[in-house]
Amino acid sequence: MKTRTEKIRETAKRLLSEGKVDVVLGYRAGTIPLRTAPYFARTVEEAENLIWNSHCRINLANFLPRRQERVAVTAKGCDARNIVNHIIENQIRRDQVYIIGVPCEGMVDLDLVLEKESRPIQEVIESNGQLTLKGPDFSTSLDKAEVLRQNCLTCAHRNPTVYDELAVDQVPELEGVDRYADLKELLAKSDADRYAYFQELVKDCIRCYACRDACPLCYCQVCFVDEAMPQWLGKSIDPADVMTYHLLRAFHCAGRCTDCGACESACPMGIKVRQFTRLLEKDVKELYGYEAGLSLEAKPPLTVYRPDDPQEFIK
Amino acid sequence: MAEMILKKSDLAEFVKSLLSDYQVLAPVKDGRHVNFAPVEDGEFLLDFQNTFLSPKHLFFPQSEKMFEFSTDKAGEGAFILKEVEKNPQPRVIFGLRPCDAKAFQILDKIFRNDQYADPYWFNKREATVLIGLGCNHPCPTCFCTSVNCGPFHEEGLDALAFDLGDRLLLRPLTEKGRKVLDQAKGLKPADDQAGEKAAALKDEAEKAITSKVFTDQIARRSVMELFEAAHWDRVHESCLNCGTCTYVCPTCHCFDIQDEVAGIVGDRVRNWDTCMSWLFTMHGSGHNPRPGKKERVRQRFMHKFKYIPIKRDGEIGCVGCGRCINLCPVNIDVRDVVRDMNA
Amino acid sequence: MQNPYKPYPVRIDKITVETEDKNLRTFKLVFLNPEDEKAFAYTPGQFAELSLAGYGEIPIGIASSPTEKGYLLFTVNKVGSVTTALHNMKEGDVMGVRGPLGNSYPLKELEGRNVVIIAGGFAVTTLRSTITWMLDPAHRDKYGQIIFIYGARTPGMLLYEEEWSAWQKRDDIEAYITVDREFPGWSGMVGFVPAVTEQVGPSPENASALVCGPPIMIKFTQPVLEKLGFSEDQIIMSLENRMKCGIGICGRCNVGPEYVCKDGPVFTLAQLNRLPKEY
Repeated sequence: MKTRTEKIRETAKRLLSEGKVDVVLGYRAGTIPLRTAPYFARTVEEAENLIWNSHCRINLANFLPRRQERVAVTAKGCDARNIVNHIIENQIRRDQVYIIGVPCEGMVDLDLVLEKESRPIQEVIESNGQLTLKGPDFSTSLDKAEVLRQNCLTCAHRNPTVYDELAVDQVPELEGVDRYADLKELLAKSDADRYAYFQELVKDCIRCYACRDACPLCYCQVCFVDEAMPQWLGKSIDPADVMTYHLLRAFHCAGRCTDCGACESACPMGIKVRQFTRLLEKDVKELYGYEAGLSLEAKPPLTVYRPDDPQEFIK
Repeated sequence: MAEMILKKSDLAEFVKSLLSDYQVLAPVKDGRHVNFAPVEDGEFLLDFQNTFLSPKHLFFPQSEKMFEFSTDKAGEGAFILKEVEKNPQPRVIFGLRPCDAKAFQILDKIFRNDQYADPYWFNKREATVLIGLGCNHPCPTCFCTSVNCGPFHEEGLDALAFDLGDRLLLRPLTEKGRKVLDQAKGLKPADDQAGEKAAALKDEAEKAITSKVFTDQIARRSVMELFEAAHWDRVHESCLNCGTCTYVCPTCHCFDIQDEVAGIVGDRVRNWDTCMSWLFTMHGSGHNPRPGKKERVRQRFMHKFKYIPIKRDGEIGCVGCGRCINLCPVNIDVRDVVRDMNA
Repeated sequence: MQNPYKPYPVRIDKITVETEDKNLRTFKLVFLNPEDEKAFAYTPGQFAELSLAGYGEIPIGIASSPTEKGYLLFTVNKVGSVTTALHNMKEGDVMGVRGPLGNSYPLKELEGRNVVIIAGGFAVTTLRSTITWMLDPAHRDKYGQIIFIYGARTPGMLLYEEEWSAWQKRDDIEAYITVDREFPGWSGMVGFVPAVTEQVGPSPENASALVCGPPIMIKFTQPVLEKLGFSEDQIIMSLENRMKCGIGICGRCNVGPEYVCKDGPVFTLAQLNRLPKEY
């Protein structure tokens, strides 16, 4: 049985040598342990560098908007949904993209690993659900399940729903998972308490916009934070401006976000920015019965109007 | 002034003896990270790799007020900028790594040129004493020895501490350093054995750094030859232009100036800015000299490894601290880029 | 330590609408404190940061010449938030000026030489400063022949009509003013600046050319000058880039290792040919 890495390389080489695509977008091994890097394989030789492991955190759909060439993309469940989103939003054409769907069993949270092991790590070996971390004078083992990303623990679509071929057989979807269990407590708070919670959440924000830049949904030529006429918000770390940025970005993602977690993975300050988008994801699911990127035909609810749209929240 | 010994058990006494004249900042645990914070006793870290953020924010904050103004035409002095009171508190920063100290030396050359000097930077620099802590166990991603720096490098420091185990050897390097060590309690002259141990630690640490880059060809080649090299077409592909590298880098110094107004009063502030931003070079007319990721990614590395050396007597704009390598979400490794530039 | 970010307070003494589309206004600024005027000793080619508290700063070439005492002139195009705020200001309003910044046109090196000044659109501002300075009786005999070629899209878009009309009448400067196309009421030259330059055909013998204009004009004027025999050392240009500090520290306006605000904005073509075209 071929591994994902082997199958991806095989498929990439085939597509490139047959001239079906100009580039295969996947991941290559990182220059340091626990990392991978997005990789653009343009030749059969370069395709040999493609890999797949538990550190493929970055959402590759990020690199698709405004691309002119034909591109094959190795896409886990959430990434594939973002590709569908891009097609629906006219950021790339269906015939330009060849989706190599990769059923996913979760990606590792780098911060969780580094919290458990602060000594310098020289090598990481992954096998049978275990991560073996090796340093100059130590070797420890971690259960992959203990260090998975939070969004992966509650993933609703581990298998891509739209794809051109699958790298490996589908994996069983998670059962009995309540994606919004932890949000209930948050929603039970008073408005003032909930606002205070979010203020505390973003107090370390340095306005680097890594969350925005890692997010595949944020492809606007001119982001609202960069507008000068009018200038919507200040650029400093005034708490009101910081909150405005995060709130507005979350609302721009409402009904489109697939909870891929690229934002949290990119944040240098370790801020759990998904708390903003998940609340809105829950609202969209409950109000409109919609999840982003599951089919090419469905349209995000905030882009269409139906006379029977729920409106109890309009007071 | 001779080298001194400070027992780790006397750290509290040492710190307390300085508090009358200085605020003392040292590395403390901050969640999962280590960052500089004010301390009033010996409860801080000496056993850590490096602080998460470079200490540049202690002299060059993320957001800094430059001036105040009023826009009230009815009042006095409307629309005239007033300087804010700058009374920098005398500080001792204890335990910063030699790479970060070297970065301050480079930034001293950038915040001043033959005509102008930045008062916001220098006011705080002049009031601060830097006591560094050499690295007994350099990080796997450090390459400081390749960029005119090292785990026990002394440039930029007022004094350097060697961690000998249960005690520290303190080496004064400048007048400012001597003044602090003179005033401090808990010190006694160092013995020869301590000196030998310190030298050995330095030697071992330098040997332990196996990550190397070479910059000799970069120095030799012309700006245009480096600028037009083919590898830039591939480096930028995965870059998100997120700016994380620039924010955690100890030598990155680019800033934006903004006027923030609330009602009839306002501040002119300066904020960290990043060459990774599309807006960084955007003209009012809509023309952008660096319109795409390739231009912006290339600018960052050319600036650090070619332009700064040209303009600042050969100083390389990187100290090999490795923060960008550890934090880049797409694993763009500066060492690989420099290797390509030098190939 | 002196604070190079602090502007001098000035008052807007006069606002002149220069162009028919009203997007270009010349501001005559007077220092509130007389000692500031002495400190602001400038030379043609330099610029200043015009500071509007609450909006920001903009780098604008100084249009007045140091021979014009008691005031500064800046001609500003309305393109963004700060320039729009400036255009909304009234005579008597207070604002700030920071400078003088940048290097100047190499007036010393130009002594004894013929000077060809080629300007397009509203890039003519610092060249008004330069010509006014050169034509001043104290300086005129330091220079050889002075040729001025200036063009705009339409007659209504030409700046400084009062000045160039006077120059056209003088015999110590040849002033060729042109518009892109025929226009009712315009009896002057017609043709794009590169074409007029070729027509005038200035000799490169002991001459330097100061060229300032929009990128498209530069693109077509350069080959004309090269064909006429001007070397890259004889062609002098003034660049623009997005700026903030204006003093070579904030890192954003660089062209290769050179900062446009500090090592420029004036560069020779010889220098620019060895630098990345990031401007």
